[in-house]
Amino acid sequence: MADSIYIELSMDHRRCDELFSAAENQVHRGDWIDAEKSLRDFLDATLRHFEVEETFLFPAFEARTGQAMGPTRIMHLEHQQMRVLFKDLGQDIERRDRGHYLGSSETLLTLLQQHNLKEEQVLYPLSDRALAGEVPELLQRMRAGGPPRP
Amino acid sequence: MATAALSLEQAPPISVPLRFFLTAPLFGITAALVLLALGTGAWTTRWSAGALAVTHLMTLGFLAMVMIGALMQMLPVVAGAPVARVRAVSRVVHVLLSLGTLALAGGFLSGKVPVLRLALVLLALAFIVFIGAAAGSLVRARAAAVTVRGMRYSVTALAVTVCMGLLLGSGLAWHWPLAVPELTALHLFWGLLGWVGLLVIGVGFQVVPMFQTTPPYPRIMTSHLTRLIFVTLLLWSPAKWFAGHSLLVHDSAATLASLLGLGYALFAAATLALQRRRRREMPDITVRFWRIGMASLLAGAVLGWAGLWESKAASTSLEFTWGILAIFGFGVSVINGMLYKIVPFLVWVHLQANPGGRGKLPNMKEIVPDRRAGIQFWLHLSALLLLAGAAWMPRLLAYPAAVALGSSNLFLWANLTGAYRLYARILASGISR
Ligand code: HEM
Repeated sequence: MADSIYIELSMDHRRCDELFSAAENQVHRGDWIDAEKSLRDFLDATLRHFEVEETFLFPAFEARTGQAMGPTRIMHLEHQQMRVLFKDLGQDIERRDRGHYLGSSETLLTLLQQHNLKEEQVLYPLSDRALAGEVPELLQRMRAGGPPRP
Repeated sequence: MATAALSLEQAPPISVPLRFFLTAPLFGITAALVLLALGTGAWTTRWSAGALAVTHLMTLGFLAMVMIGALMQMLPVVAGAPVARVRAVSRVVHVLLSLGTLALAGGFLSGKVPVLRLALVLLALAFIVFIGAAAGSLVRARAAAVTVRGMRYSVTALAVTVCMGLLLGSGLAWHWPLAVPELTALHLFWGLLGWVGLLVIGVGFQVVPMFQTTPPYPRIMTSHLTRLIFVTLLLWSPAKWFAGHSLLVHDSAATLASLLGLGYALFAAATLALQRRRRREMPDITVRFWRIGMASLLAGAVLGWAGLWESKAASTSLEFTWGILAIFGFGVSVINGMLYKIVPFLVWVHLQANPGGRGKLPNMKEIVPDRRAGIQFWLHLSALLLLAGAAWMPRLLAYPAAVALGSSNLFLWANLTGAYRLYARILASGISR
């Protein structure tokens, strides 16, 4: 399969989706111990995904297109909003507050999915096009997780 | 890279979509009032003034009202192509569409030609502005996305529907001799199975898997279904128009119409099957509304097949039932369900972005509580069943159906304005803090 930011990162979205639903279903059932672990797995995977985008993809995209205020700025902002909701979910689990967790997770799901939609429909395809030659090397650095660009 | 500069721009201000969303239930209430005022009189034939007025209060005042608001909101998100001058466009379209729809209903009911003429002018302007703005955005959008393709077909079908509607209306307003039954058939197919249906399918391919957490639709369906339906509509139209000329043409029209039914039945069946495999165990109000929508679509397809191949002309009750399933069972259910995701989310997002948004903010289920949405769901389902029942037993059910329709819309309106009032309150408290 050809190297593509779109394919690689969209697949990572699907993986995070699975983990998200596992945690929510366990909270729904009142299975708090498992839910704690699933939430942690979801947060690990998702925070890593954000970090990879913010360290590698966004700067590369901005450098190539000269747009620091364009699409990547909004994606960054939404990452921040989601990080706040992650904290809410953690607190709700600690307090065993099922009702509030399910409300926060509904909000997060919606925010997350419309965010993914924008990345998959617009940002990733644009990046694949704009970064054409660099893509294989960029993907390698993303998988390795470092070192960040100077 | 000029297009990249436009992409993912901040969504439009909250007033742009909300203006349309909060108005739609008011037209549902108006439709209910008309049904109450006319009693069994609305149910004599589908050509009655009451039936035509109620049809357009729902199709223009409810369905088009929400769909236009949602398109203004979604075009930047899904297509990466914002609508130019979105504030001005939305304000103008909203006023023209609202007044035009009221005038059209008033024109049908009163039979007054000047009112009808006024309606035609207002609606023509509303759609010229909207279709122009949407087309400008859709032309620039990335062609690859399946949803963008669905939107393009849908907006094209809207243009066809509106032209035929204006022609039909002009026939009434200026006493032109028109082939009304054929033209009406084309008008309503392009409206319901083109504009409404293709937008639901195109958007559904994207939003059902994501927001209702189902597996994706089969690839073969997402890449071909909207195009096949659009092309079938194109082929069916001349066949329907000339159906009286020969048995062969008549039968081709019937075959093509059955194929349209098949296309929609496939989409409905696929959606119901995917929903059974959703990842979330928590009940979801939008999923429940969509299930009614898809069941209505299947039932409508079956009724359509039965009616088409029946030797005698379809009965009035059957025709009414088909229209109710298509407009209310399918269109209104799906849109009503989507509003319960879009409106709380918009309120939440816009609170985040505002100075009042600091501190603890309500989450989506605090913005529209499940319990309140759940009550409205049951009112909506009762309205659907009673309306379909009234098609067969108007003397018994005309009034209960009207009351259920009115209550459901009143409750929807209360739920949506409740969300908006919460938004305004938090915003005000943030500024005074
Ligand atoms: C500019 C907008 C529109 C105008 C002026 C208009 C006008 C009309 C007129 C005059 C008729 C009745 C024909 C007759 O009996 O003489 C009609 C029928 C109908 N229209 Fe429209 N229309 C418009 C938009 C729409 C839209 C957007 C939809 C659906 C999404 C729609 C759905 C229908 C249906 C279902 C009927 C058939 C009603 C029945 O058979 O009882 N219309 N329209």
